[in-house]
Amino acid sequence: MLNMLKGFEQIFDKHDWKAVSASIYAKTSKDVERALSTSSRDIEDFKALISPAAEQYLEQMAQQSHALTKKHFGNNIQMYIPLYLSNECQNICTYCGFSLDVKLKRKTLTDAEIHAEAKLIKRLGYDHVLVVTGEANKTVGMPYFLNAIKILKQYFAHISLEVQPLEQEDYFKLKQAGVQAILVYQETYHKEDYKKHHPKGRKSNFAYRLDTPDRIGRSGMHKIGLGVLIGLEDWRVDSFFTALHMQYLEKKYWKSRYAISFPRLRPCASGIPLKSVISDRQLTQLICAYRLLNPMVELSMSTRESQKFRDNIIKLGITSISAESSTEPGGYSTPKKSLEQFETDDKRNTKSFVQVIKDQGYNVVFKDWDKSLQ
Amino acid sequence: MHVTDQLQIADKTFTSRLFTGTGKFASGTLMQKSIEASDSELVTVALKRIELSQDDENILQYFKSLNIDLLPNTSGVKTAKEAVFAAQMAREALQTNWIKLEIHPDPKYLMPDPIETLVAAEQLVKEGFVVLPYVHADPVLCKRLEEVGCQAVMPLGAMIGSNMGLKTLEFLNIIIEQANVPVIIDAGLGLPSHASAAFEIGADAVLINTAIAVAKDPIAMAQSFKLACQAGRTAYLAGQAQVLNTAESSSPLTSFLDA
Repeated sequence: MLNMLKGFEQIFDKHDWKAVSASIYAKTSKDVERALSTSSRDIEDFKALISPAAEQYLEQMAQQSHALTKKHFGNNIQMYIPLYLSNECQNICTYCGFSLDVKLKRKTLTDAEIHAEAKLIKRLGYDHVLVVTGEANKTVGMPYFLNAIKILKQYFAHISLEVQPLEQEDYFKLKQAGVQAILVYQETYHKEDYKKHHPKGRKSNFAYRLDTPDRIGRSGMHKIGLGVLIGLEDWRVDSFFTALHMQYLEKKYWKSRYAISFPRLRPCASGIPLKSVISDRQLTQLICAYRLLNPMVELSMSTRESQKFRDNIIKLGITSISAESSTEPGGYSTPKKSLEQFETDDKRNTKSFVQVIKDQGYNVVFKDWDKSLQ
Repeated sequence: MHVTDQLQIADKTFTSRLFTGTGKFASGTLMQKSIEASDSELVTVALKRIELSQDDENILQYFKSLNIDLLPNTSGVKTAKEAVFAAQMAREALQTNWIKLEIHPDPKYLMPDPIETLVAAEQLVKEGFVVLPYVHADPVLCKRLEEVGCQAVMPLGAMIGSNMGLKTLEFLNIIIEQANVPVIIDAGLGLPSHASAAFEIGADAVLINTAIAVAKDPIAMAQSFKLACQAGRTAYLAGQAQVLNTAESSSPLTSFLDA
């Protein structure tokens, strides 16, 4: 039986990377057909759906994903926008433009600059911001976050945070301060290679990061975002672990909602070669597989992806999407580009992208939360 | 059956997933033989039925020859306070810290009181009991009971003694999907096929009383339930086969990937 005091590690430790990989690649069309024909899918069905054997069933997966998403989320697509507050970082991450060893001008927004960014974003129509920073605990730690949230609450109904892993009591304080969602990506569940990709800084502690969603869950946070960096390791195996993690969390912290993101590695200042390239077709397969496994989970898409891909993926299971994004601190009010984390692909403005969504028969939702709720 | 397919609840391991009750049998001997035929390893008995005197009517004498654990229940109590007291009495009387918590203030349908049950469960867990609460098929209540430390939950399939089957099916599905503790479907199962269906949807165990006790031949019915439980559990582990949906010939949603 599950020990309620221990976290995800007790489940994670029971799964061997190589064995999981072998089991995914051994899935046959029969397994995929079974997964497609049942209405309550388990993690083995998910393995089948992300396996190479499922590639020839992509249209069927897409049809079901489309129908399931409509059933549970209606004809709605939620809009959000990232707001980078700082690119200071004490970690070395081989794939990241903010990595300590990357020669990049470092900047942390002042109160006045946060106000300036917020005003611009608000004018574009957004009511949901995703606050992003690097990991620089001394300058961009809890006092900085709480101050920034206080400012941003004057403008936005929904604030999500994508920052370094924090302690449980910090998450509780952030929730009290008005944060609705915390996103922490594991980057990869490959324990050994995780160490290679994160040689320096607090982030090199794999176990602490793995335990982070448990700490968020215990804090009672409204929404928890998970994901891996697609391209670091075999995306199929990493996605299996993400799904396993999600299922575990959903059962344990049953009052929280869950969201998955699909950060595909993009060219950035650190310039790491990609180990596992995922094609558009495979990313579509992955998105549909998540939806088929979990009809309720929010699936999120950023402007890392191309215009063509984004326009078409809206119907296939995605529930929230960003536009017109900047990945550098101050990027909306004083764009410099030299400060950015990675280069976005789809650079269309919000208005024209919103029209694309509407043309497909969807209602575009900017506000889906209220300051009075907690 | 897989020999390794055992059910673990707290400190105990069960090979049989059929739990039985002790009420409504025509005689103590018939009850004893029926339980024996069912292979049940956990048998619930109402504290109110237990007599500690050593006379012939003492229900406990019939259990002596059986290889079972007794699960005392609090049947008859109407409040959390009464339930806690009954559990403490049962622990004294039967030397077990296991308790099937049932609180039904309503004497007609014997519907369990969710509020009193949660209060009593929390208290009893603190006092070191292994608490198995009998509740309505309410998914949120089951999570709340799990959170206060119950070692299993016992949602009902239908009204107790009704033999109606899995009338709460949709809610049981949610409970089973969400639970981190074993789910024992209790009350309302009237036929072996009901028990089999309970296992097919993923229940960890069932508790049967009336359907066996009031059958024309309780011993044969007990055997039948035993087989049905095994069949359903084996089917669940075997993985259900289903008809494949018809495929679409065109690819309207994914053709953009071909371009």
